[in-house]
Amino acid sequence: MTRLTIEQYLPHHPFFAGLDEDDLAFVARCATLVHFHPGEYLFREGEPADAFYVLRTGRVALETRLGTGSQVLDTADADDVVGWSWLVPPYRWTFDARAVAETSAVAFDGACLRERCENDPGLGYLLLRRVVDVMATRLHSARVRLLDLYGGQS
Amino acid sequence: MLPRRFRVASTRHDNHDTLTVHLEPCDGAPLAFAAGQFTMLQVFGVGEVPISISGDPRGSGPLQHTIRDVGSVSHALAFAAPGEVLGVRGPFGTGWDVADGKGGDVVLVAGGIGLAPLRPALLEICAERDDYQRVSLLYGARTPSDVLFGDDLRTWAERHRITVEVIVDRGEAGWTGRIGLVTQLIGKVAFGADRRLALVCGPEVMMRQSAVALVARGVDPSRIRLSMERNMKCGIGLCGHCQLRELFLCLDGPVLAFDRLEPLMARAEL
Repeated sequence: MTRLTIEQYLPHHPFFAGLDEDDLAFVARCATLVHFHPGEYLFREGEPADAFYVLRTGRVALETRLGTGSQVLDTADADDVVGWSWLVPPYRWTFDARAVAETSAVAFDGACLRERCENDPGLGYLLLRRVVDVMATRLHSARVRLLDLYGGQS
Repeated sequence: MLPRRFRVASTRHDNHDTLTVHLEPCDGAPLAFAAGQFTMLQVFGVGEVPISISGDPRGSGPLQHTIRDVGSVSHALAFAAPGEVLGVRGPFGTGWDVADGKGGDVVLVAGGIGLAPLRPALLEICAERDDYQRVSLLYGARTPSDVLFGDDLRTWAERHRITVEVIVDRGEAGWTGRIGLVTQLIGKVAFGADRRLALVCGPEVMMRQSAVALVARGVDPSRIRLSMERNMKCGIGLCGHCQLRELFLCLDGPVLAFDRLEPLMARAEL
């Protein structure tokens, strides 16, 4: 997996399934391979959200800062998509994302993709649907965990 | 209906509110059971509750029940002193029939103390590991401190080639594992197309959503087994306390296939 180029990797990832060759080629041009060591941040709360990430290996913690330290809200692993604030005004990260293991990812230039999506509603709609999928999964997870199911079971 | 007498041999603390009680029969005759079955455990003078058996169905060791201390009877059971005599009725109900998964991949999905009723099935698989293909355990817990059977999880992964994935609702200091919902793992687990078997145990919401996620992965609903929990009382299908429409869960369950349960689980307050 880690030896695949971006062009080889993207068509096999569900997030990009259904994109035609031209769109895939464009998306690949907006992408770079990145690596984070444990403790390094992919992004910090409040900073401009100008990217999103598809993790290839490793683990990332999505966390928020409290007075007493940081609280991890979710983790993301290989093949997970991290970050949707690049698509939602005011384009600022709402949480921190920190690598908790050696993490390789594909980073996508959000500004580059936003501009293309504005001019190509077909691609924009496809990508928006995929991002909504990611958001819906995270929202579902958060809602079910609010039920504290394991705490109340006898 | 009369309980057999069992003596508490020892008790193991599994986490801050869960203990496993080891029982020896006073008459010397071990209790035969199938993985997934439960007994009615009684503290004389206090009360009786249904508890799944968490030990090895093939072993000759003590009868094991993993008990979460959440009420007066479960507290009395969990903290029964060595030597104290308890009442045991059963075993009752249907089992996992895990041997039905031989030759194929098996996925076990556990939530919270739902790992305890699945433990006998895992021990059964470990005893005949070569008869199965890929075996995966997906386990969701409230926090890292709530994770049960830590030694078992390591043994199953390291010695028995079982893929063990743990995910918690909330992390704690130093936790670098997964945080999220156990159903998220179902999309990532590797299993083949034939003879797949899925065993699911945990809170009903978690089981229902796990079953839906398994169906979305192509698992036949008749090959997804869930362990249902209701207010078991008599254990033999007479009193009706555990009725789920036409089913008596103490008799027809607790383990049932999702194709039979799906229409019943979709209804509120049934």
